[in-house]
Amino acid sequence: MTMREKIEAAAARYPDQRSAIMPALVIAQKQHGHLPGPVLEEVADILGVERIWVYELATFYTLFHTEPVGRFHLELCDNVSCMLRRSEDLLRHLEAVLGIKKGGTTPDGLFTLSTVECLGACEMAPVMQVGDDYHGDLDIARVDALLDRLRATARQATGADLAAAAPPGE
Amino acid sequence: MFEPVLLRNVDVPDGHLLTTYEAGGGYQALGKALREHTPDEVIDLVKQSNLRGRGGAGFPTGMKWSFVPKRAGKPKYLCCNADESEPGTFKDRFIMERDPHQLIEGMAISAYAIGAETAYLYIRGEYGLAIRRLEQAIAEAQARGYLGTRILGSDFSFVVHIHCGAGAYICGEETAMLDSLQGKRAQPRLKPPFPAVEGLYASPTVINNVETLACVPHIVARGPDWFRGIGPYKSPGPKLYCLSGQVRKPGLYELPMGIPLRELVEDCAGGPPPGRKIKAVIPGGVSAPLIPERGLDVGMDFDSLAAAGSMLGSAGVIVIDDSTCMVKVATRIIEFFHHESCGKCTPCREGLNWAVKVLRRVEAGQGEPGDLEQLEALCKGIFGNSFCALGDGAAVGLRAALAHFEDEFVAHIKERRCPFH
Repeated sequence: MTMREKIEAAAARYPDQRSAIMPALVIAQKQHGHLPGPVLEEVADILGVERIWVYELATFYTLFHTEPVGRFHLELCDNVSCMLRRSEDLLRHLEAVLGIKKGGTTPDGLFTLSTVECLGACEMAPVMQVGDDYHGDLDIARVDALLDRLRATARQATGADLAAAAPPGE
Repeated sequence: MFEPVLLRNVDVPDGHLLTTYEAGGGYQALGKALREHTPDEVIDLVKQSNLRGRGGAGFPTGMKWSFVPKRAGKPKYLCCNADESEPGTFKDRFIMERDPHQLIEGMAISAYAIGAETAYLYIRGEYGLAIRRLEQAIAEAQARGYLGTRILGSDFSFVVHIHCGAGAYICGEETAMLDSLQGKRAQPRLKPPFPAVEGLYASPTVINNVETLACVPHIVARGPDWFRGIGPYKSPGPKLYCLSGQVRKPGLYELPMGIPLRELVEDCAGGPPPGRKIKAVIPGGVSAPLIPERGLDVGMDFDSLAAAGSMLGSAGVIVIDDSTCMVKVATRIIEFFHHESCGKCTPCREGLNWAVKVLRRVEAGQGEPGDLEQLEALCKGIFGNSFCALGDGAAVGLRAALAHFEDEFVAHIKERRCPFH
């Protein structure tokens, strides 16, 4: 299905097309990786709604990105339950091994590092979300193993040796 | 002997599949409701059970349903509030990931009771596995005739649509959730009109939490007397408690409503890590004022915790041990509320911004004389003056930290450093 067809199918669930803006933005973000202006305008045109309605949602909700993010978005929870289980140690480690600060993206475009509010998985704190998947009970060794798996996934997908592009100090 | 029902399937292999749910008697309550009860009788059953909403506010569920006008001349809607975002809380995720049919059966019975043919399940977008499991469960239920037209040969037709949120705590507030469902920025609406009269698309709408809806099949199947026989008379029933933080066995526990907090923390969750002592516990997610260790002999139910100056909230129990700086905890909690403030009202938007600046300064050892009075004044300016409960939750939480751990705040200011670092 094209993006338009997916959005039209989602919109059929609602009596008002405006309700379909969020589902449409989810579809568009999966397609494009992020939501630049032209994509937001395309969504508005498909649904036949005011462009400002689409813009105001894209900038209000934190899961929508109007700026590009890396291939893997590492979203580390640092709310209270994770904080009590030393998520800040993991943040410092990730910043060191990736060579970026919180909010940054590695030069190879592979990783964006963020902290987020509670992920609702406090029983396995500290926890991090990557894409649709949660990774819990994390410590430094598990974080390193996860980064290795993600790099391997990227290599398999692209055929390129992205390890060679890893930042110095890793 | 207490028999868990809500978590019956969560550790069963393939507990999320229809075959597993049916093997345990699943969807028999839906059949019973449709065959043996009118919608009003289902509402009466829920009223008799004294089920109170598990999302945090504890409003009587049957009473909420009875507010829906019988003849509205408009479609009625059921909305499932699955935007679980209260820090310390993960109970609804467990149900949706591991036993989604329990929720869907509860939604179908509830929709029958209020006369709704359409439901929107508003789930936080971060819950990828839960979303996938729910999509699968809805498809399975439709294929077996538990959803769709003329369900189980009755005149009742009902569909469930999943609507994914996109990362906003305020969507847990029911009217903000409705605005979000209508494609707007999630900001709370003025009440009245209440959603039961004028909710989604200005139509009568009932909004219930996942755990609340999951209780409904059991009430229909076992009867209201069974439900009311568990825990305190005014807050009965089985309850899901989320244990996290500095405790040996974090996890989700199903126990009677009203169980003592100390028993929950020390016996069920194994107490604090070796060599540590409990300093404080947040009993109901970060909106609930913390309780110092000496106050843990309190029942985990709506009324007992309210009498103790806190609240059951989401039953997200966060345990804090004596290695932790309470100024840091309070700062992180207010940072959360500040980040999640929707910006609609000034006391919440500006007050929390100001409070965060003061707290960060105190925590960093750069506090000034008068900072604690400033924080108290900010709490006074926010509490009771913000548009919805988000501002109130922040203010009562901060007040509790200031009241119970004033010595730590004072030490930060006097010593110009954090005594815990």
